[in-house]
Amino acid sequence: MRIAVERAYGAAVEGEAVVSEEGFSPRYDLDRWTGTITKPGHQLEGTSLKDKICFFPTAKGGIAAGWAFYDIKWKKIAPKAFVFGVTNPVMVQGAIFAGITITEGWTPHPREVLATGDWVRVDPLRRTIEVLRRAA
Amino acid sequence: MELSGEERAILAGERGEAPRRALEYQVKVGEFWGAKRFVPITNAHMMGDIEVMGDGGLQWLKDYAALGARCAVGTTTNARCIDFAHCERLGQDALEVAKERELIACLRGMDVVTTDTCINYQTVYQPHLGEHVAWGDTGTVIYANSVFGARSNFESGPAALSAAITGRTPEYGFHLDEHRRGSFTVELRARMDDLADWGALGKLVGEPHQSYYAVPVFHGFHRTPMADELKHLGAALASYGSMGMFHFVGETPEAPTLEAALGNRAPAERLGVGDADLDRVYAGYGLGDGDARLVVFSGPQQSLLEMKQLADLFAGRKVQPGATCIVTTNNAVLAQARALGYAGTLEGAGVTILEGVCFYILQNLSPMRVANRWTNMVSNSAKIVNIIGAHRFNTILRRTRDCVEIACTGILK
Repeated sequence: MRIAVERAYGAAVEGEAVVSEEGFSPRYDLDRWTGTITKPGHQLEGTSLKDKICFFPTAKGGIAAGWAFYDIKWKKIAPKAFVFGVTNPVMVQGAIFAGITITEGWTPHPREVLATGDWVRVDPLRRTIEVLRRAA
Repeated sequence: MELSGEERAILAGERGEAPRRALEYQVKVGEFWGAKRFVPITNAHMMGDIEVMGDGGLQWLKDYAALGARCAVGTTTNARCIDFAHCERLGQDALEVAKERELIACLRGMDVVTTDTCINYQTVYQPHLGEHVAWGDTGTVIYANSVFGARSNFESGPAALSAAITGRTPEYGFHLDEHRRGSFTVELRARMDDLADWGALGKLVGEPHQSYYAVPVFHGFHRTPMADELKHLGAALASYGSMGMFHFVGETPEAPTLEAALGNRAPAERLGVGDADLDRVYAGYGLGDGDARLVVFSGPQQSLLEMKQLADLFAGRKVQPGATCIVTTNNAVLAQARALGYAGTLEGAGVTILEGVCFYILQNLSPMRVANRWTNMVSNSAKIVNIIGAHRFNTILRRTRDCVEIACTGILK
């Protein structure tokens, strides 16, 4: 039950997985005062990302992630890690600036080995993600 | 990364603590992307406003400025979240307005030129072919790469500011030839009579190809596209597709031919877009159970020619009672629009012109939406229709003339 990632930065972290089939932008999708996805119709609408390990296939838009990640970290509503299939520079610049763990590229696809609610560990140094236990 | 002697000196703190911290951060970003070295830049454009930075960001900036940070290259600011002339009427928080003033003063202290515009490429600085810059927002980057043939990645606020301080940026992404080649083709058969059509095209091409490194190559179009048209196309491609570059065969500098744009490789996919495809985009939007009392021309800010077009369309008309129509532009365009009478015509019609801001990043926008009982936002910008979702607007894309009609009648066709 292990995923290999291509690129990674940050501390090793573990937490509850939130797996999305839809891409992510902190500007378009996230309420940056609550840490909850509020974009109408987003697959994760109503889901809090606080302290989660967030799996997104893609990054959407936005230069704003650079400051926004720091902002949500400051407000103590940030995820523990962002795990992207494909991301863009802003997400990486933002996560590194905020000190949030971030990875890009995955084999196999997370949906094949884990689900929302599972407890997972992201290890940037080893470039792996492991499922530690299943959702109850 | 391979560092030059100067870069090693910066990292050793010999140029001060501010450049040292900036370069240390840039090395981490560069290493993530496998950058081998830094490239010198000539210009930086950064996003920095209180809505996106928050108290944490402002505190960081103040601490950083106190280190004696100074920009090494010309550095300008993107659109911000407060219009100081309209903030009371908009119901923006006085405390946040004060913080925004503090933030601007802090940036100016670091030699940042606070232009407050997301159309710097139309009004401030036009880099040339091959010139390396460090820009954000995304619309500025895709325009720089595609239309000017300059080289920039999406640079977030902290990344652009760091580049401004050190005068360099890690060499990855669109600084490298290998990422600038077209990856798929789009034959453009549609008439494309309105700016909104260009944004709709960006949605059609960007949405199903969400990847920073997907580079569409447009070809087969029946005329030369204009700057404002490419601006709306680029903004939408970046917004829907997270894309940083496109080619337009025969028009943009790295696409003299289809083959050259593709780097003599076969495209991964061949698409075509016609009028019926655009019609389907427009048909996909509806009012739901709300009304059409908010029409916005923003995201990106309006150019002078867009201001003239709007003035022509609003001449002799009035925004319907109870409705709000907002236009945003920058200080330079507004000054000219005032001198030329366009601003007067728009304001005479009841349009609100905001300066130095973009609608979707306005401080207090969600409470503003609730207070005004806005459920729908109508716009000719596909970008803003896409990105305002977190504020829980239902959004509707319409052509410019239709938007004006809706503003004046409240009737959505």
